[in-house]
Amino acid sequence: MGKKHETPLLDELKKGKWVSFVREIERAAEKSERTEDLLGQVENSYRDKITHWKHGGMAGVRGYGAGLVGRFTEFPEKYPGVKECHSMRVNQTSGFFYNSDILRKIADIAEQHAGGLLNLHGSTGDIQILGVWQAEAEEAFQKCAELGFDLGGGGSDLRTPSCCVGPARCEFANYDTLQICYDMTQAFQDEMHRPSFNYKFKLKFSGCSNDCVAAASRSDMAFIGTWKDKIKINQDEVKNYVKKFNVQKYVLDKCPTKCMLFEGENLVIDDSNCVKCMHCINEMPKALRSGDEKGLSILLGAKAPLVTGPRLGMMLVPFYDVLEDSKNDYEWLKGLISNMWEFWDEYGVSRERIGELMQRVGVVTFLEGIGLEPIPEMVNHPRGNPFIKFTDDED
Amino acid sequence: MTDETKKKLEDKIVGLVKEYDGKKRFKPVDIVKEMEKEFADEGLSKDDIKSVLKEIMNDEKLVYGYAGGSFLTLPDNKG
Ligand code: SF4
Ligand code: SF4
Repeated sequence: MGKKHETPLLDELKKGKWVSFVREIERAAEKSERTEDLLGQVENSYRDKITHWKHGGMAGVRGYGAGLVGRFTEFPEKYPGVKECHSMRVNQTSGFFYNSDILRKIADIAEQHAGGLLNLHGSTGDIQILGVWQAEAEEAFQKCAELGFDLGGGGSDLRTPSCCVGPARCEFANYDTLQICYDMTQAFQDEMHRPSFNYKFKLKFSGCSNDCVAAASRSDMAFIGTWKDKIKINQDEVKNYVKKFNVQKYVLDKCPTKCMLFEGENLVIDDSNCVKCMHCINEMPKALRSGDEKGLSILLGAKAPLVTGPRLGMMLVPFYDVLEDSKNDYEWLKGLISNMWEFWDEYGVSRERIGELMQRVGVVTFLEGIGLEPIPEMVNHPRGNPFIKFTDDED
Repeated sequence: MTDETKKKLEDKIVGLVKEYDGKKRFKPVDIVKEMEKEFADEGLSKDDIKSVLKEIMNDEKLVYGYAGGSFLTLPDNKG
């Protein structure tokens, strides 16, 4: 079949040995006229060095204010297949576990009601069905629902919470990321489907500070697994590693706080100075393990660019005993989140992320507003000064 | 919340969006704040207002739109 649109610039992106998104779109275009037009539209944008998409507008399914992200071409006559090219965000499973049968069925929905393209998983977390038209959105949504999937977040709301694979596959997990992610998703259904915030709000759960879902940089509220007590050391395994590679150079010298040393053949860690960065455990997983008092740290205010540029999250709660709170249906955590939303609702302005609000009103005011006691560990980054001045008679 | 108050609130929200159609975009967060003030004497909470808004959206008396932020609009404006 001849090409509907010439795409010399996109063709460049098929060269080399790597997987090419262009090749994948071309495969889908063999079955979908609208995806042929997608290739033309993208080529046009590359040629003009500017996007020709219009975002937002009126796209959605009954009762929901989120889950279908509106996108329209600026050239509907030239590329009628993408006169509408909405993305349907389907709430992913915790930890992204699927079986092949489910994936095939979702792919069928994408072929029948969209451009035959799926995006699994971008930074939003959701499964995205690309190229949906408004007229078919409801039916596509109902078919997803029949498979047990709901739509995810979008717009000024709680975005679909996401988590790493956690204890399901990873030995480094310090808490059950999958369970808490699922619980929060269920608890805050209204906040996810009915936009009522000043702007978006993201929750991401990583089981350790390797942070495989980029929570610390990509979510307004990040949950990073950690521990309180000492790193567990197996000295025999340390010796085995010493035989295999230069442990001093690649582990001890790269410890960010230089809190490790060898006493003779034994490895010693000054745990009071360990910032739980995971580097040594990643390098010598057979020799080192996180401690037994596991929990997580909560960071607040990260976001990728836009209004006032990117920021990392600030340490809000250094240690949260997630296991204990899970026994009470995460009552404490849900209370904290609700308090923050209340405060943001009251004092935030349009398109202001919660971290920007905290920066604008000041950390002290923010903490008072959400009912959290200040403590010295509330810092921007490890070894930074606390935001709050404590007097001598305070701890 | 009595059925009568609920009806009054519903009419007020839908009426506001209708009245300003094409002139002003109402964000859900603003509507809730506005109604909290308007219905202060009747002691309506934020959650009461949000639940009425949810029914309005479920019944498609209004729908959501998006332009840099989510807003409420009339179903006729949907493509
Ligand atoms: S963040 Fe940590 S616990 Fe989660 S998958 Fe990555 S390494 Fe494992
Ligand atoms: S976890 Fe990081 S800070 Fe702690 S001892 Fe290992 S390398 Fe050092």
